[in-house]
Amino acid sequence: MRQLMLGNAAVARGLYEAGCAVVSSYPGTPSTEITEEAAKYDEIYCEWAPNEKVAMETAFGASLAGKRSFCGMKHVGLNVAADPLFTVSYTGVNAGMVIAVADDAGMHSSQNEQDSRHYARSAKLPMLEPSDSAEGREFAIKAYEISEAFDCPVLLKMCTRIAHSQSVVETGERVDAPARPYQKNIGKYVMMPGNAIRRHPLVEERMRKLSEFAETSDLNRVEPGRETAVGILTSSTCYQYVKEVCGDRYPVLKLGMVWPLPEKKIRAFAESVDSLVVVEELDGFLETYCREIGLACVGKEKFPLLGEYSQNLVAEKLGLSAHSGQALQDTIPPRPPVMCAGCPHRGLFYTLSKLKCTVLGDIGCYTLGAVAPLSAMEMTLCMGASVSAIHGFNKALGADSEHKTVAVIGDSTFMHSGMTGLANIAYNQSNSTVIILDNSITGMTGHQQNPTTGYNIKGDPAGKIDLESLCRAMGFRRVRVTDPYDLAATEQAVKEELAAGEPSVIISRRPCALLKYVKHKAPLKVNTEKCVGCKSCMKIGCPAISIKGGKACVDATLCVGCGVCSQLCKFGAFESTGKEA
Amino acid sequence: METKNIMIVGVGGQGSLLASKLLGHLLLGQGYDVKVSEVHGMSQRGGSVVTYVRYGDRVHSPVIDKGEADFIVSFELLEAARWLSYLKPDGQIVTSTQRIDPMPVITGAAAYPESLVEKMRATGAKVDALDCLALAEEAGSSKAVNIVLMGRLSHYFDLPETAWEASLEAMVPAKFLELNRKAFALGKNA
Repeated sequence: MRQLMLGNAAVARGLYEAGCAVVSSYPGTPSTEITEEAAKYDEIYCEWAPNEKVAMETAFGASLAGKRSFCGMKHVGLNVAADPLFTVSYTGVNAGMVIAVADDAGMHSSQNEQDSRHYARSAKLPMLEPSDSAEGREFAIKAYEISEAFDCPVLLKMCTRIAHSQSVVETGERVDAPARPYQKNIGKYVMMPGNAIRRHPLVEERMRKLSEFAETSDLNRVEPGRETAVGILTSSTCYQYVKEVCGDRYPVLKLGMVWPLPEKKIRAFAESVDSLVVVEELDGFLETYCREIGLACVGKEKFPLLGEYSQNLVAEKLGLSAHSGQALQDTIPPRPPVMCAGCPHRGLFYTLSKLKCTVLGDIGCYTLGAVAPLSAMEMTLCMGASVSAIHGFNKALGADSEHKTVAVIGDSTFMHSGMTGLANIAYNQSNSTVIILDNSITGMTGHQQNPTTGYNIKGDPAGKIDLESLCRAMGFRRVRVTDPYDLAATEQAVKEELAAGEPSVIISRRPCALLKYVKHKAPLKVNTEKCVGCKSCMKIGCPAISIKGGKACVDATLCVGCGVCSQLCKFGAFESTGKEA
Repeated sequence: METKNIMIVGVGGQGSLLASKLLGHLLLGQGYDVKVSEVHGMSQRGGSVVTYVRYGDRVHSPVIDKGEADFIVSFELLEAARWLSYLKPDGQIVTSTQRIDPMPVITGAAAYPESLVEKMRATGAKVDALDCLALAEEAGSSKAVNIVLMGRLSHYFDLPETAWEASLEAMVPAKFLELNRKAFALGKNA
């Protein structure tokens, strides 16, 4: 059937058609929808794992057991899963195993713009890179064939524009994967030095064979051009920009497999043109390889290392005519993302700002606590770093910081990587205060369940980890729950736990305001006779509140009646409209 | 056929994903190659969002660049102005006159520019501006702004009404179909 499919949905379709049986992933933009879409096929067991390392090891276990498996993650997730990645390269697989990693050039929703292709090279694994949804499906299927033929997991590299673009896909039927019963094989699967020493030469031999495969595979193809002054080596979304700009003017070597690379094919292509130009987003990965094999080429001295490319950028760098448009003279104010109206994080960050706390933060919607006017976060690094870093911060500064510094981390991020940091606080005893922002969902990536929510990926009841019991079991005697909509109680909790002479955990609990089951109160309105225009309510950065004609004004289409603003108003100017949404 | 470009711009959460799904379905049904590019994740939290819809014989790039858009469909005036440089010299803007203040305007750090429709027209852009929020409310829900805009956009396409109707039916949940039919008609006939 011919249909428009999101790149991520097309990969999920490929998994389905290839007979994939087990999927375990951790959500991360722009990779999340692969697993969400895979979960719609009843033939595939799908789950959200607590983090990417667990997901990859789960997928490995399923492969070992003889079922085709998959795990998906964003680029920074592969850092978390790097430990199993490098050694599963040595053990190889039983049934096929595919690992999708989605890069985010331009950082639409990420903390860095690392280039995942380096992982393929350093872990000595093949990597396929689709350039549209149809290839997303096709390459997912081919990845399983390669995985089983060469006894290794295969990396499937996505990027924001391929993952989140819909294009035409011709779907096929599901084919059951060949049976591969589990067989005990200590030499292959127990990676202690004596065995691993014998596996390493096999890894190098496999890469040599994969290089030969890359020479002849139709994954890498030469598209002829009318002029041979320039020949372009490219892949993924850059291939699309090149075709958009050049059509069939210049020959193109389009790579669908970006590691290992086909040396002879690239060399022959370079010889067939006057100038070899490498067009690739982020690092000069292909370019570096070309230089290593002694080919002169044009690459990063012309094309940027930063951000996303586009057709105009590629045209300009190739010396071709680019389009341009006319902008207004006016300065257009930026529209950065903000915490939603009714977001439970707002009351907590207001309190932390008011108390002038030093706030070490983490990854999630609540990172927006760093944005004005709250400006109540001073560090964000990676998943879980808030809890680990506060321990180091307090060890370095002692009592001076212990009584005014907090770590803030979401429920899903805490399950991902916060627990181990908390174990360090409990074990090595810093007097740290950790606040878990429990909004009962993984928010930023679009509402995925996690081990604390009590539901699985399909929304069915599942195991539920109790955060209070978990923290107590780690040795925390001071564990308390507050409601961030209640500013007085939240302030009291933060003050008391900072003053305490031992480590503590505050669970700031209130479900995400966007969850469908959350019932909202009627929107508020401002009694303009009571409002004196003091702007106290503007300190919380609520998108529903603005100042009009010197008085506060509530946008009833946005307000969910959380009442945080009314707790800041000394004049009682906020009143209910009484109209439930 | 040369590739045609439609940009849908607005504020995260305004419903641009449904509009792009509708256009994708419609244009694919007309036999075109189609690409639709969306942004997910952080920018959906009330930030500026843009969706690209491209169609033609063979579409390569999933995105639309400066000076390329045949149409900019905008849910909000400031967003139409923000993306103006993406319009082709003879391109058409279809925008709702709704104004949503971004946080820097709310906090007083920046001003919302005045007379945006006139200023955009002064650049030579063709601007079709209408109060889509009022029309959506008239149809029965403020959430139907996206379909009001699609109704308005349908003016500029030489496609049978039945094709739009079929795509609406395919993309909108049955219980909201009547409301959205009304929203579409109100936008079209405004």
